Amino acid sequence: MNNAPLSQRVIQNKRIFSFKSFFMRWEWMLVALLAIIIGTSVLTAGSNFLSFNGLMSTLRDFMDKAILIFPMMMIILLGDIDISVGSTIALCATVMGVMLQSGTNAFLTLFIGILLGALCGSINGYLISHFRELSSVIVTVSTMIIYRGIATFILRDSAAGSFPSWITKISYGDIGGVPYTLIFFIVECIFFTILLTKSKFGRRLYACGNNAQTSRYSGINTKGIKFAVFLIIGIFAALSAIILMSKMNSARPNIAKNYELDVIAITVLGGVATSGGKGNPIGVILSSLCICFLRYGLGLINIKSETVMIIIGLLLIIAVAIPNLKNALGVPLKKRIK
Amino acid sequence: MNNSSKTHTFLKNNSRELGLIAIIILMTAMLNSQTGGKFFTFSNINNMLSETSVLAILSLGMMTVIITGGIDLSIGASMALSAMVSTSLMKHSMANTGIFTNPYIAIIIAIAVGTLCGFIVGLLVSHLKIFPIIATLGMMYVYRGLTYIISGGSWVLQQNMSTSFLSIATGNILGINNLIWITAFLYIVFFIFMNYTKTGRQIYAVGNDEESARVSGINTKKTLTLVYSIMGAIAGLAGILYVCKYAAAQGETATGYEMNVIAACVLGGVSISGGTGKVQGVLLGALLFGVLQNALPLISNSQFIQDFIRGAIILVSVLFNIILSRRVEKKAIERKEKALG
Repeated sequence: MNNAPLSQRVIQNKRIFSFKSFFMRWEWMLVALLAIIIGTSVLTAGSNFLSFNGLMSTLRDFMDKAILIFPMMMIILLGDIDISVGSTIALCATVMGVMLQSGTNAFLTLFIGILLGALCGSINGYLISHFRELSSVIVTVSTMIIYRGIATFILRDSAAGSFPSWITKISYGDIGGVPYTLIFFIVECIFFTILLTKSKFGRRLYACGNNAQTSRYSGINTKGIKFAVFLIIGIFAALSAIILMSKMNSARPNIAKNYELDVIAITVLGGVATSGGKGNPIGVILSSLCICFLRYGLGLINIKSETVMIIIGLLLIIAVAIPNLKNALGVPLKKRIK
Repeated sequence: MNNSSKTHTFLKNNSRELGLIAIIILMTAMLNSQTGGKFFTFSNINNMLSETSVLAILSLGMMTVIITGGIDLSIGASMALSAMVSTSLMKHSMANTGIFTNPYIAIIIAIAVGTLCGFIVGLLVSHLKIFPIIATLGMMYVYRGLTYIISGGSWVLQQNMSTSFLSIATGNILGINNLIWITAFLYIVFFIFMNYTKTGRQIYAVGNDEESARVSGINTKKTLTLVYSIMGAIAGLAGILYVCKYAAAQGETATGYEMNVIAACVLGGVSISGGTGKVQGVLLGALLFGVLQNALPLISNSQFIQDFIRGAIILVSVLFNIILSRRVEKKAIERKEKALG
């Protein structure tokens, strides 16, 4: 068979379906985790947990972070990282807040906000893609300081508020009880799942993450992909700023601190390897639900947010350690993600 | 001839450090003229250096971590945790002037807690092979959460600390602040450790190429664990000094401080990809950061200008470094081509 021409060769490592490997996948662990979280929450908090309105408001409160998971996943798939997300959100929210307060046309404001997010992202993207030796940690650490600095410059210690009433509708409005933001998130999930698994762009992204040099030699525009991914996270940071602004009905320069860390934690818990090239959109969606319900469930039974922090931290480490643990014990390492 | 080539190699090997010195001299000269000679007074420089000392100490530990190709995001949290454990014990034994009010005991407890924090991170990175950025991110949450729990939401304030403890940060020997002495001592120790001891050289080897270091007989796991433990110990020490200096410990202590430390290291020429970095470079990087912190309020009161310049300087210095090294590479290739005809 191996003597056949390249185009006719059957791909050997196509996975043969077996129950064991099917159930050994990381996503099932997340499903189990989600079931445990929901199960214990229902047992301890009673039926309050499962009320439709309760669920919807939990999800709604989480959407400003949740919409960032796919762009962050794409960045981590490339083996990079973006620490400036929180600052970008703060900068966009401050600029939009000031514009709205001074009575600028609403659509123009939102448009400029998104444009600003795109600009912030593309500055990161340009520097990281253009200077290959430059680590994304350094670039985004410095832009994190700079963007937050500009936001502080614009608003000082004050807050922008008194927005037109429709602004709050973005976050609090709903269709038949389902918040707009949740609908947006579901659409985003579908879009990015298709983009990452079925589109040319998505497959090239995985290729770049696996081996940037090989991908470049095989004709993939690695610089372009890197730039695009940082541009996308900039735009989504601006969208997250809009949601956050409408949720709080104000904008301050110190909002969204440490958002990037939460988002990175969700992404990694979802099975995206920080070395790049490995990760499944379904896993990331599941892990975002896990974190969301974990916070909600633990909040219902009056566990302090500090304890929740510790639990999330440990969960993150255990999630990353499990495959390595198996390896260390000598059990053959199953491929965690297809 | 020989002499000039010697100077040439010296200049080439230390171009970065010399550049940093030039920038520092330029900035201080500018500051001095701006403030009408107020900068170059003994008390101002003493103040400035003692403000910088916590950052400078932490940069040493971060340097060893970054040299191995890792990064430590948990140090802000482990600083807070170790300082909180130590000062909480002090707070509770203040009434009966128990053993924990002794400043040396306080420092030892903080270093012990910090070392433990670092050791755990080290085990995660070396034995479980978790990426440093993820392991330290996770532990950051854990340590920060523990700090809040131990503090119970309350602060440890000046009146809860013994005067002998507070005098560490305010006292001086020969007119020079204690913190500066501690920093100077640690820099000398690290200079010897990184350059002249076997373990120090092994750290560089692991950072250059972990696999070949392992093959050539270096216990890489042990080295990595050691590096993170050192970082933890230093974070513990820096944490207690930080709290001592600002006379308050709380759950939020030193949040985000790790970014400043990483920035100072990068300014000092430590390469994020590992393997390179010098103690003297880090000292200059931290100093430049300190001068900046001292200078920026004079230029402008706005936090924006300060943050902007801080961020921009990091970026520009790294970019400059890259452009410089690209040029050197290009020249080397040209020379080779010439030699080949």
